[in-house]
Amino acid sequence: MAERQPAAGEPRTRLSGGPGRLILTLYGVFAVGATSRAVYQLSTQFDEAPLAYLLSALAAVVYVFITVALARGGETARRLALVCITAELVGVLAIGTWTEVQPSEFPDQTVWSDYGRGYLFLPVILPVIGLWWLRRRPAERDSAEPSPE
Amino acid sequence: MFTPLTIAVALAALALAAWCGYAAVKDEPTKDWHFGGMAVVTVLALAQVVVGLVRLGGGEDPDEGTAVFVAYLLAAGFAVPAVGVLSLSERSRWGSATVAVGGFVLAVLQVRLYDIWVGTGG
Repeated sequence: MAERQPAAGEPRTRLSGGPGRLILTLYGVFAVGATSRAVYQLSTQFDEAPLAYLLSALAAVVYVFITVALARGGETARRLALVCITAELVGVLAIGTWTEVQPSEFPDQTVWSDYGRGYLFLPVILPVIGLWWLRRRPAERDSAEPSPE
Repeated sequence: MFTPLTIAVALAALALAAWCGYAAVKDEPTKDWHFGGMAVVTVLALAQVVVGLVRLGGGEDPDEGTAVFVAYLLAAGFAVPAVGVLSLSERSRWGSATVAVGGFVLAVLQVRLYDIWVGTGG
């Protein structure tokens, strides 16, 4: 892809190179999975567990935003992704705790139930990796090799 | 569903995941042989899409519903081609790791497809 007009000598922030490609793929999987699941549940069985399904839909929206931001790149997208991934981390911790404390509120599972146990705990691991990736300096990200802090 | 094919797709997908995971550990990008492997797995997955649609067309009903089944079936068909494209433009170990993830996801999708077809029994 052609470099855009670099503002003040800064290259466009690329977020999908190196380890970012793996992170993008994982978010893509969750975006597709959570979205189709939410669409299905909201359209066919909303009454069974409205809270769980609305939270699933919220999670789906967050995953889609992160995936698009990572794929597009650029400083604005990086900031948007940082906000969304922070929301994701807060969400999975809050809902994970909520489902532990009050399982009766959740007749059906959400992606974030029990800290994402049904999904190999990836819902709680992924945002931590994502935050690490987005907070690295642009030069480190572009070289795409792990470097000492 | 045709269970032997489901098992074959799952095992082939896991083998692909292990192979590309090994390449990632060795710090190598995906090579021609890996793409050959992806092609084989994709052909198997597409054969399964055809078998699944034919059996649906024959009037059979998946336990958890047709819509869910078709969604998983299509996802299984697209999984490996999608990561193949992603690894084409990422010529590093991370491209290989991406294909490994795709293979693993496809194997999980096979388990889910089986459950959706026969039902989990509770």
